[in-house]
Amino acid sequence: MRTVDLAKSSRRDLNAALHEVQHNTNETYWRVENPAGQHALAVGLDAPVTVEIAGHVGYYCAGMNQQATVVIEGNAGVGVAENMMSGKVHVKGDASQSAGATAHGGLLVIEGNAAARCGISMKGIDIVVKGSIGPMSAFMAQSGTLVVLGDAGDALGDSIYETRIFVRGKVASLGADCIEKEMRDEHVLALREILRAAGAPDSVKAEEFRRYGSARQLYNFHVDNASAY
Amino acid sequence: MCGIVGLFLKDRALEPRLGEMLADMLEVMTDRGPDSAGFAVYGAGDAAHVKLTLRGANLGAVAEAFKGKAEAAARDTHMVLSIAARDEDAVRGWLAVNRPDVVVTGAGHRIELYKEVGLPGDVARRFDLAKMGGTHGIGHTRMATESAVTTAGAHPFSTGADQCLVHNGSLSNHASLRRMLEPNGISFETDNDSEVAAGYLTWRLREGASLKQALEASLDDLDGFFTFVVGTENGFAVLRDPISCKPAVMAETDQYVAFGSEYRALVGLPGIETARVFEPEPTRVYVWERN
Repeated sequence: MRTVDLAKSSRRDLNAALHEVQHNTNETYWRVENPAGQHALAVGLDAPVTVEIAGHVGYYCAGMNQQATVVIEGNAGVGVAENMMSGKVHVKGDASQSAGATAHGGLLVIEGNAAARCGISMKGIDIVVKGSIGPMSAFMAQSGTLVVLGDAGDALGDSIYETRIFVRGKVASLGADCIEKEMRDEHVLALREILRAAGAPDSVKAEEFRRYGSARQLYNFHVDNASAY
Repeated sequence: MCGIVGLFLKDRALEPRLGEMLADMLEVMTDRGPDSAGFAVYGAGDAAHVKLTLRGANLGAVAEAFKGKAEAAARDTHMVLSIAARDEDAVRGWLAVNRPDVVVTGAGHRIELYKEVGLPGDVARRFDLAKMGGTHGIGHTRMATESAVTTAGAHPFSTGADQCLVHNGSLSNHASLRRMLEPNGISFETDNDSEVAAGYLTWRLREGASLKQALEASLDDLDGFFTFVVGTENGFAVLRDPISCKPAVMAETDQYVAFGSEYRALVGLPGIETARVFEPEPTRVYVWERN
């Protein structure tokens, strides 16, 4: 295990050290102490390492992540895992606004609540929020899956393109062009897989969720091109 | 962009350290607002006396003029003049005639309000914030958008006795609100949009609304982006606009309630490791009051 104490070394030193890690590294387990809410911690990683951050973090933590697993043992500020391409980001507390924004891939798990605009413009990421999400979540979402074990705030999925949204609790209101859709067997099976990957307890059943998605009235959707989306 | 910090103490044992904690929080928010800074502290006071915080040059002459009738405490460009409450109108009248250059930045039984242009840490040191005690305090670091970088444009704004407001954001309908408020007896010192928000709350409170009701009404009447932190003699409140445009983090323990634009501002507080740290929800009015 390699430990970096941010009370003693800088954020730039930490990120530079993480960027030097090679794909075949043996240093696969990192601990980051005293994050003190600093911004842009563990961003731009591209190696199969696990980075545990011992406390609350500021903005854009684990942004642009590829391959790595980043565990935040506290709350995350604005834009956690923004633009993630692959790997996993696990927030043990709450996440602020725009969690998983524009992310193309990987898995973002938030044990607590996520604030407004969770999954804004998401492009392929899977997001699992075990608490509730704030208003305007999945705004202009394009691809991927947003799973919410609690409730969703106003204007869920506003101006959505393509994304599967599963909510177990109440939805305050749906945004423009977002509608409830039938929960078919294929969706139950896919959701079950995501819940398993996110470590949801067995007591959470995929059948309890309702599915929401795009009515495809707002954008130039042609079924002939469906495979391209 | 601007930075806001606020601290409302539940544990009286912490009161002597209010300024010290607030000063640390304010300086961390320098990145968000390096143009100017200001803060209001609710310290000692009683119903029989009023504290006028004055700003201007040669304030010693003002103190001299009220020698024997007032206690004066000078801090850099500001001076707090403590007078009998019944003398407030007379003192304000004297200032208007004899020292129109002097600005009353805040007035009330307990509020003291300081603001200056410059880096927040420097501003806090110039006024020796770290040595001030009190029950609650609010600070602001400003990056100007809607009006000029001047001392008068720095926050907090106080438009009523023991009231103050800090604002991160910008209001679109401040001109029309100003036209509505001025005939209703609310006067403004600056062209600043945030001062209009303060004046709006003063008007609502004067009309009998509670702090919570006044803030709830502002959701209908104010157009724009805002995170507000508001202080009254005994109260401390937070409100964010419906799309939560501007950031906010809060921490609560048995000892205090703290507000920061970013969590970084809160990391030095006692017991923060085990505090309940949360993001205030949009359009929800949060109020704490003490008796």
